[in-house]
Amino acid sequence: MAVLNKPPVTGAGPFNGILTWFDQRFPLVALYKSQVAEYYAPKNMNVWYFFGSLALLVLVIQIVSGIFLTMNYKPSAEHAFASVEYIMRDVPGGWIIRYVHSTGASAFFILVYLHMARGLMYGSYRKPRELTWIFGVLIYLCLMAEAFFGYLLPWGQMSFWGAQVIINLFATIPIIGEDLSVWIRGDYNVSDATLNRFFALHVVAIPMALLGLVVAHLMALHETGSNNPDGVEIYENLNPKTGTPVDGIPFHPYYTVKDLVGVAVFLIVFCAIVFFAPEMGGYFLEYNNFVPADPLTTPAHIAPVWYFTPFYAMLRAVPSFFNMQVWGVLVMGGAVMILFALPWLDRGKVKSIRYRGPIYKGFFAAFVVSFIVLGYLGVEPTNVWGEFPKAVPMIGGDYVATWVARVLTAVYFAFFLLMPWYTAADQEKPVPSRVTW
Amino acid sequence: MTAIVLDQVDEKKRRFLIVATSAAGAVAAGAVAVPFLGSWFPSARALAAGAPVEIDVSKIEPGQQVTVEWRGKPVWVMRRTPEMLAQLEKNDGFLADPQSKSAKQPEYVKGIARSIKPEVFVAVGVCTHLGCSPSLKKEVGAASDMGADWPGGYYCPCHNSRFDLAARVFKGSPAPTNLDIPPHRYVNDNVVLVGEDSKGA
Repeated sequence: MAVLNKPPVTGAGPFNGILTWFDQRFPLVALYKSQVAEYYAPKNMNVWYFFGSLALLVLVIQIVSGIFLTMNYKPSAEHAFASVEYIMRDVPGGWIIRYVHSTGASAFFILVYLHMARGLMYGSYRKPRELTWIFGVLIYLCLMAEAFFGYLLPWGQMSFWGAQVIINLFATIPIIGEDLSVWIRGDYNVSDATLNRFFALHVVAIPMALLGLVVAHLMALHETGSNNPDGVEIYENLNPKTGTPVDGIPFHPYYTVKDLVGVAVFLIVFCAIVFFAPEMGGYFLEYNNFVPADPLTTPAHIAPVWYFTPFYAMLRAVPSFFNMQVWGVLVMGGAVMILFALPWLDRGKVKSIRYRGPIYKGFFAAFVVSFIVLGYLGVEPTNVWGEFPKAVPMIGGDYVATWVARVLTAVYFAFFLLMPWYTAADQEKPVPSRVTW
Repeated sequence: MTAIVLDQVDEKKRRFLIVATSAAGAVAAGAVAVPFLGSWFPSARALAAGAPVEIDVSKIEPGQQVTVEWRGKPVWVMRRTPEMLAQLEKNDGFLADPQSKSAKQPEYVKGIARSIKPEVFVAVGVCTHLGCSPSLKKEVGAASDMGADWPGGYYCPCHNSRFDLAARVFKGSPAPTNLDIPPHRYVNDNVVLVGEDSKGA
């Protein structure tokens, strides 16, 4: 029995007694030491390392604000829109709870995209952290599902038609597609049944999966230790006296305090948006969603919320072949799924972009540009850049933006699919033995 | 307690029992999942909804369109002018499926006009691409905001699918097929019943 050999807790003053009682019944001290006070993180982590802890903060914000929203929200086609307006106008403080939740959704994606960009730049997905990356991609998938299900709940025009389009993506699958989309909706059209089940998924099922995956993500991270901007493994250089990494510092207090600075800066920006620009010019809350859902009229311009638009632009860019439109859906799905393969596509000898050669840097820059421009094109209507001049009269010309999106989709996939060759062929720089900053 | 003596353990039997128990458990879990997954199909109430809808077409002016709700979907009823009908034939060269061979439509809706009475056009106003409802752009040419060579038709704002005034899809649109025509019949000269035909579908 371990309980007999454990030393009493010291250093907590009047709490030593109660903590000792707990520690003899629960691995309190062991967990605190292994995960916090004696978890050694590289001492050269830079500003890019804020976004993971900030995403965790936003998860907490979303759960708390979401719980309070459910106390007044009614998940029925008849009452949903009015109940959201009721929250906004009549519930004391309801408006701030809802704006915190809606701003939190966009903030979550901004932070997660920056967090993923950090992983790409510094090779955090490389051996031995492949599983941390995979859990991360699963979190990203859950987040997309969570955002999609949640977006139907206000039951506005964009909620309705966005869900209509996304569910119909499944109907493009040959043979089973039609029945599958009916099964997802629970009706032949997006309806009360759809809203009710999306509510259950948004509020119960996906958040539970999300929490489990976050725990798995952190456990895998703490098993291998954090990467750093140099991509140097700090556990390969231990202090012979203490056995701890010479380039590592304990997570607490050093990184807890650093992360608090990030939290302060983030909350200033977050509150500024909640109070002064919760709609963010139609990007965080789309104007058409202030109109109740009408199954008979599609708004003149529909686009998903900004965080889905890179993939939406890919979907729109792919034409139908052989009387089937499943290809665009496959391209869109493939663009997300290919992230899982990333650790095995990269054949470079160095992890960090600091020591990569010019070919990788070129591909990476092209990838970032393609993702951002695709995101812009997904927000705009396809005729945003006009049509090509037509040589022969025809109905419906070719849009410039569609062709740009096609090229950029190819660039996006080239970054991943050509990676085994260009990373192996690149002229990489030597990696130092110690971290630098 | 007797200590387990390793050579007395029947590894084969033990492995068989592990596999058998796991398999039985997996079958049970699969069986339990059936009612849960089945609960996602449309309920009896959703199946029962969807009664046919009556529309008095005598009140629709030539060139005018009304939208009615049938099974939660928009159904268009449009009274086409002779000019609109004459234009349909000229569109054929630009269409993906001018004879509507791969379209979902009842047998009694024949030809390029895709209607029982040529002038009265009934269609499900749901794009066959991803389910948005196209908007009516009936004017010909630049007045439609669709370009100078636009012959009049429907335009889906979601992904730019274009259809003519018989809801036949133009080549180059993401929509794979022409719009669906619902089962419908004339109760009398002026009244169309959408959702039911003479066979009682």
